[in-house]
Amino acid sequence: MSDPIVDANSIIETLTLQGGFNTNAVILGTSLLGVAAGVIGAFALLRKRSLTADALSHATLPGIAAAFLISSALGFSGRSMPVLMLGAAISGILGVACIHLILQHTRLKEDAAIGIVLSVFFGVGIVLLSVVQSSTSGSAAGLNHYIYGQTAAMIRSDAYLMGGIGIIASLIALIMLKEFMVVCFNESFARSMGMPVWLIDSIMLALVVLITVAGLQAVGLILIVAMLIIPPAAARFWTDRLWKLVLFSALIGGLSGYSGATISALFPRKPAGSVIVLVAGSIFILSMLFAPTRGVLADTIRRIRLRVRIARDHVLESLYEIEIGHVGIEHPKAASWLIQLLCFKGWIERNNGKLNLTETGRTQGQRIHRNHLLWEQYLVSYADIAPTHVDWSVDQVEHVLSDELIHALVLALKKRGLTIPPLDGGTS
Amino acid sequence: MTHTENSQVQSPRSILDARPEHSADSPVSVHAMTVAYNRKPVLWDVDYDAPSNALVAIVGPNGAGKSTLIKACLGLIPRASGTVEFWGKPYKQSRSLIGYVPQRESVDWDFPVSALDVVCMGRYRKIGWCRPVTKSHKRAALEALARVGMEDFATRQISQLSGGQQQRVFLARALTQEADLYFMDEPFAGVDASTERAIIEVLRELRANGKTVIVVHHDLQSVPEYFDHVLLLNMRVVAAGPVSEVFTAENLQKTYGGRLTLLAEAAEAVARAAKGT
Repeated sequence: MSDPIVDANSIIETLTLQGGFNTNAVILGTSLLGVAAGVIGAFALLRKRSLTADALSHATLPGIAAAFLISSALGFSGRSMPVLMLGAAISGILGVACIHLILQHTRLKEDAAIGIVLSVFFGVGIVLLSVVQSSTSGSAAGLNHYIYGQTAAMIRSDAYLMGGIGIIASLIALIMLKEFMVVCFNESFARSMGMPVWLIDSIMLALVVLITVAGLQAVGLILIVAMLIIPPAAARFWTDRLWKLVLFSALIGGLSGYSGATISALFPRKPAGSVIVLVAGSIFILSMLFAPTRGVLADTIRRIRLRVRIARDHVLESLYEIEIGHVGIEHPKAASWLIQLLCFKGWIERNNGKLNLTETGRTQGQRIHRNHLLWEQYLVSYADIAPTHVDWSVDQVEHVLSDELIHALVLALKKRGLTIPPLDGGTS
Repeated sequence: MTHTENSQVQSPRSILDARPEHSADSPVSVHAMTVAYNRKPVLWDVDYDAPSNALVAIVGPNGAGKSTLIKACLGLIPRASGTVEFWGKPYKQSRSLIGYVPQRESVDWDFPVSALDVVCMGRYRKIGWCRPVTKSHKRAALEALARVGMEDFATRQISQLSGGQQQRVFLARALTQEADLYFMDEPFAGVDASTERAIIEVLRELRANGKTVIVVHHDLQSVPEYFDHVLLLNMRVVAAGPVSEVFTAENLQKTYGGRLTLLAEAAEAVARAAKGT
C-alpha cells in the first residue's frame, strides 16, 4: 500500500502551518515536545542516565494497559489520555525503582539491571495488551499506537497537553540548570555542600517521566528515548559549553519533532516517531562527521597534518645531520610530494639530484635535532632508560615539544650539570 | 555489624573514656568511627582531634583508608559507627564553614563547562536554589582563580587544561567556599612543579589566615616541609600529632609495614627538617 500522492501545494501548506487547525496543533505540540526532550535529554546524557530513560519508557507499557483495564472496569472511557498517562508514569517510575532495588541488593551491574527491567516490564505490557484486546471491543485497538506512536490519531486537546507539558518541563530544567550542572559534573562535591542530590536526581527523573508520557501518543514508547538521547549527543559535537549544548539540543529536538509531525501529516501512514528519529539521526551523523574540532573529519585532518609534519621534520633533521657530518645517516628517501612541499615552503632545494637545506630549512633542522638531543638526554639521565632504547619515543616526542616544555627540559638538564646543545653554531 | 562490636570490645577505651568524646575547639573531632564498604571495614575505630590553624597531612599506604576518612567525615559515605563533630557541632550545622577538594580523577573532565563555571560551583550554597550566578559571585570566582595563578584560563573548557591546571581549578573552587576548614583529597597527585608551588603557597596563606587544612598526601619526603601535623593511617590511626614528634622512622615502619623503600630517605628528611627549624 502506498501513500496518496501529495502535491507541492499541500506540502508547503503543511510546512508553513496552513494545513488546518488540528494539524497545526499537532505539529506545534510535537515541536515543543522535541524542544523539551532536547533540553532534558542533555542532562540525562551528562548524568549518564540515557539508558535508564530507555528502561523507563519501555516500562510504561504495562501501566498503559492496566490503566485502560481499570478505568474500563470502573465504567469510564478507557482511552482518556490523562488516565493512560498517569498509568504510564506510575509503571515507568516502578521500573526505575526496580533497577535501584536490584542494584542495591545484588551484585549485578547497572547494564544488566536495566536490561532485565526493560524486557520484563515490556513483556508484561504485551501480555496485558493481549488481555485488553481479547476482553474488550474495538475501542481498545488504539492502545497499540502507544508503542510506535501515531500523530494522525491525535486530537487538538492531546496536542495542547503534549505542548504544555513540554513547555513546563523545559522551564523547570532551565530554572534548575545550576543544580543539575553540579550534580552531573561532581556529585560528591554537591553532596559535601549539603545539596540534596537524591532530590535533584528525582526531579531530573520526573522530567524524563513527563517527556516520556507526553510523547507516548506522538512518538511511541519505543522511540521516545531517541528524542532524549540523539539531540544532545549531536549537539555535543558543536560546543563545549553547557548552555549552548542545551540550546543546540533543544533546536535539534524541536526541528526533529517539527519535521516528523509534518511528514506524518502529509503521509498519514508514516509513523511520526520513526520520522522524528530519522531526522534526528541524520543530524547526528552530519554532526559526528562534519563538526569542527570534535567531528570525525576534523579529527582525521588533524591527524594527517601531524603525520605530515612528522615526516617533514624527519627529512629536515636527516639533511641537517648529514650537513653537520653525522655518520651513518642515509640520504632521506621521502615521497615526491613531500619533497615538493618542502621545496615550495623554501626549506630545501634540489641541486644535481641531491637535496640541500636552505637557510630557513637549516634553522628548522637544527631545532628538531636539538629537541631530539634534549629529550634523549633527559630520558637517559632522568628516567634511567638505556640510550639504545630511547629512539622510538624520542622520534615521537621531538615533534610535539612546545617551547615551554623545551625550556623546562633545558632547566632540568642544566640542574644536573649536563651540557645543553646550543641553538646556534650548528656544530656538536 | 559484628566487626564493629568486636573492635570496640578489643580496643583499649580506658584512656579515652576519661575525657569528653569530642573536643569543642577542634575543627574536626572524630570519635570511634568505623567505616565499612560492603560490610568489610576499611577504617577501624578512628579517634582523632584535628588541631586548629594548622596544615595536617593524612599519610598512609594505598588502601589505608585516607580518602575514606575524609569522605566519612563529610558524610559522603555512611559510617558504620562513631561520630564526627566540627567545632563541637554536627556536620549539618557547620557545613558552611567547610570546603572540599575531591580527587581530580573523580570527575569527567570532558564535561562541557569552563574553568570559571567549575569555580562558580563553590558559590552555589551562597547563591541558593534556582537563582542565577550573579556578577559578584563571578568576580569572587575570578579572584579565586587569580590566587592559584589561573586567571588567564577562566574561559577555557576544562578538558583543555593540563592535570595541574585542573587541580588548581578545584582548589580555586574550594577557595570560593570561604571556609574555615578544608579537606583536600590528594591535591598534589600528578601535578607539575609550578602547580605544587602554587598549591603550597595557597595552603600557607590559608594557615596564615587562621584556617585548618587537612590534606591526603602521598609524598613522604615533603611532609616535614609542608605540614605541621600528620595523621599516620593504615586502616587505623597509627599515630597522630606534630610532625616533629610523630613523623618518625618507627611510626612510618608501623604504618607501612616494613615494605617501604622510601622509609630511610623520609626519616632523613625528618632529621634534616628538625635540624633546620
